Amino acid sequence: MYKIAVIGDYDSIYGFAALGLDTFPVVDTDLEGAKKKLAQLAGGEYAVIYITENLANLLKNEVEKYREELMPAIIQIPGVFGNTGAGVEGVKKSVEQAVGSDILFSNN
Amino acid sequence: MASTQVNPTRMELTRQKNKLKTAVKGHKLLKDKRDELMRQFLDLVRENMALRLKVEAGIKSSNINFVIAKAGMSEQILNAALMAPKQEVYLETGKRNVMSVDVPVFEYKTRTADANDIYSYGFAFTSSDLDGAVKSLANILPDMLKLAEIEKACQLMSAEIEKTRRRVNALEHVIIPEAQANIKYITMKLDENERSTQIRLIKVKDMILEDAHQFKDKAKEKALAKAEQ
Repeated sequence: MYKIAVIGDYDSIYGFAALGLDTFPVVDTDLEGAKKKLAQLAGGEYAVIYITENLANLLKNEVEKYREELMPAIIQIPGVFGNTGAGVEGVKKSVEQAVGSDILFSNN
Repeated sequence: MASTQVNPTRMELTRQKNKLKTAVKGHKLLKDKRDELMRQFLDLVRENMALRLKVEAGIKSSNINFVIAKAGMSEQILNAALMAPKQEVYLETGKRNVMSVDVPVFEYKTRTADANDIYSYGFAFTSSDLDGAVKSLANILPDMLKLAEIEKACQLMSAEIEKTRRRVNALEHVIIPEAQANIKYITMKLDENERSTQIRLIKVKDMILEDAHQFKDKAKEKALAKAEQ
C-alpha cells in the first residue's frame, strides 16, 4: 500500500493536504534539506511524488535519477507562482529521447 | 573491412556464419520490438501531453481559488482548517508489461468511503472560497493520478526505445557487416589456399612423372636422332 507525497513551497501545496495527500513543505533556501527529504520520500512508502516545477528545477539531478526507475513516479506540477513550462518540457524530452527529435509537439 | 583479425579456418567460418544468423534474427526481432514500442509510445505520449495540459490548467485555477480563499481569512484559521486532514489517499500499485517494459498501474483508494469527504474543517470560521478551492483541487486529483501513471510509463518506454534503437543500429551497422566481411575474408582465404594446394599437387605430380619416365631426356634423344638423319 503506497501513499502520495507532494513536495514544494508551502503556498503551492497546502491545499493538497485536504485531499489526503501527504504534503512536505520545503523552502528554496534549504536545498540540502529538500534533497534529503526527496531521497527519503523516494526510498519509502510513496509511489507518486508531485513536486513543484520550481523545486524540481533546483533538484534536477535528483529528479533525473528516478526517471528510469519504476517507483516512484516524480511528477512536476506548476506552483502558485505560475507555470514555468518545465512539465511540458519533460514530456517533450521523452519524445526526443525515444524518437531522436521532437516530432509531435515542436510546432506548438 | 574487418577490423579484428580472424583465423581463416573452417571452424571460425562456421562460428561467424552462426553469429551472422543470430545477428540477423536478433536484428529483425529488435526492429519489430522497436516499431511496436514506438507505436504504443506515440499514442501514450499524446495522451500524456493532453492530460498534462489539462492538469496544469486545473491546478492553476485551483491555485487562484486558494489565493482568493487565503485572502478572505486569517492565516491561522486557514492553517488550522487544513491541519488535520480527514481524508487519506492510498495507492494500490501494480505492473503492466508493455513489450518487456514494466510500467506501473495505480489504483487509488480513499480512507473514508466517500471520496468527497474532503472538508476537514467546520464551516463556521472559514470562508466559503476555501470550500470551492478544495473542491476544485479534488476534481483534478483523478486526472493527476492518471497523469502520474502515464507520464511514468512514457519515461520508462522512451528509455527502453532508446536502448532498443541503439541495439538495432549496432547490429545493423556494426555486427552484421563485420560478420559478413569476416565470412567473405575466410572464404576467400580458404579458396586461395585450396587453389595453391591444387597447383602444388599438379606440380608435384609433374615432377614425379618426370622422375619416373624421364620425358625430357627422351625428347632430347628424339631431337638428336632427327638431327642426325
